Amino acid sequence: MAWKVDLMGFISRGFRGKRRDNVSSARVPPGQHVVADFPVLSAGPTPRPALDEWTFSIVGEIDEPKRWTWKEFRALPSETVTKDIHCVTKWSKLDTSWKGVSMDTLLEGVESAADFATVFSDGGYTTNLPLDDLTGSKAWVVYEFDGQPLHPEHGGPVRLLVPHLYFWKSAKWVRGITLQNEEQPGFWESNGYHMRGDPWREQRYWGD
Amino acid sequence: MWQVAEVAELIPETPRVASLVLKVPDWPGHDAGQHVDVRLTAEDGYQAQRSYSIASPPEESRLAITVERLEDGEVSPYLVGEVKVGDRIELRGPIGGYFVWKAGDAHPLLLIAGGSGVVPLMAMLRHRSAAAAKPPARMLYSSRKLEDVIYKEELDRLAAAGDGLAVTHVLTRAQPPGWKGYARRIDREMVSDVAWPEEPAPLVFICGPTSFVETAGGLLVDLGYDPSWIKTERFGATGG
Amino acid sequence: METSEMKVDGNAIGGLLREIFTMEMTTAETTCAGCGAVHAVGHVDVYVNAPGVVVRCPSCEQVLMRIVQGRGRYWVDLRGTRCLEFIAAP
Repeated sequence: MAWKVDLMGFISRGFRGKRRDNVSSARVPPGQHVVADFPVLSAGPTPRPALDEWTFSIVGEIDEPKRWTWKEFRALPSETVTKDIHCVTKWSKLDTSWKGVSMDTLLEGVESAADFATVFSDGGYTTNLPLDDLTGSKAWVVYEFDGQPLHPEHGGPVRLLVPHLYFWKSAKWVRGITLQNEEQPGFWESNGYHMRGDPWREQRYWGD
Repeated sequence: MWQVAEVAELIPETPRVASLVLKVPDWPGHDAGQHVDVRLTAEDGYQAQRSYSIASPPEESRLAITVERLEDGEVSPYLVGEVKVGDRIELRGPIGGYFVWKAGDAHPLLLIAGGSGVVPLMAMLRHRSAAAAKPPARMLYSSRKLEDVIYKEELDRLAAAGDGLAVTHVLTRAQPPGWKGYARRIDREMVSDVAWPEEPAPLVFICGPTSFVETAGGLLVDLGYDPSWIKTERFGATGG
Repeated sequence: METSEMKVDGNAIGGLLREIFTMEMTTAETTCAGCGAVHAVGHVDVYVNAPGVVVRCPSCEQVLMRIVQGRGRYWVDLRGTRCLEFIAAP
């Protein structure tokens, strides 16, 4: 006699949830689904910095700290890139278009022995990365999304973009990076989220 | 913690709002103002969860929630539109001890509702209606248009009962011809007209979207109310 | 959507807190480690649209609590709360 074990929990008849394509594809990391909208996630009030006071800095283990004002920052060579982004809350958005300054440009000429960086933002948010994950055309500091100035809800005026890692690493309202010899866990990394956050290895939480 | 409830009845309230009356086998009872968390599970295991205030008073044996269907919502269009009598819904509760009013409290009651924020306050009024001793109560209820006013007939009836309840409606977007009530967003003058004097200290419950609740609370404090008299529940504009 | 509209309060996480604390927590009072303000959990600012729940002091906006859930675990950071006071169950 064949036993049929019902492993399904409770199912809500007819409930589909928001549109999500569970497409198995080389572009979609494990456990993710593709969405058409752009969800807004927020851990606090939206900062509204005055652009005439705004700066982006590189500080810490560096011979000469660097700082750009808004005007200086906007005068730097910029790129428009199209990337897929993956949020640890399981949504992925494909072919997103951003314009900004490559971290390689910002780190050009920087003398430092540091291997790690803590990214810091208005409002107190931080996230940590190995410097390797910020260089080699892997990270940008962006001010436009989809051809429009970056909206405050999505991190404007300027956010970090590190698309090869989970999107919590792409700090909104970014103001700079601190170069460090040792890695310091940031806002989410110090409370359960993975230190590195590689979506292709599904590194969501501690111990993954 | 999670229980399975059966939908016993669906009651349309306004074009976008309906009440779901539920049979919950092991319901422990609740207080007016509390809520339930509802959890929906799709066939692929995807889950979505939202909180809904309980509309029914503790005296009612069947639990009722009232849900507003939000245009781009994920859960509310299912609860108001797809769900049928006989369907089962997972929920847990009752939840919340802070935003609760119990009959027996003698302070004058001031209830301020923004849109679907009226739901937990309605549970309080229904509970008050069943109580022997009723403190004087006033409700200030802000809606966009007359057709959006939830529980309109019942509120009219409760206010006409002559037992110390007055309901003031505010229609912010559109008013019917001949409307003599408030037709603007909540402001200092309106709150000052409706609020109880500070002596004896009233008890205030404010519920609705975040900015509405914060505005109303701020206006009361400006008018001299002690913040400790005021309890708030902010819906945010999320969920749905 | 304005972020101000995304902010809710401790009532919204009443169910989650009961999973963790086993007791009704919205009536518990938090003392902010930053500014010392005391608020009922039902009244504090809560952001639920994030990779975790972030609870902030309504007086100074500093983080009171962080709650993350995943892989069958909870991570709860209460460093921003100097003290939590609540009434024991009878």
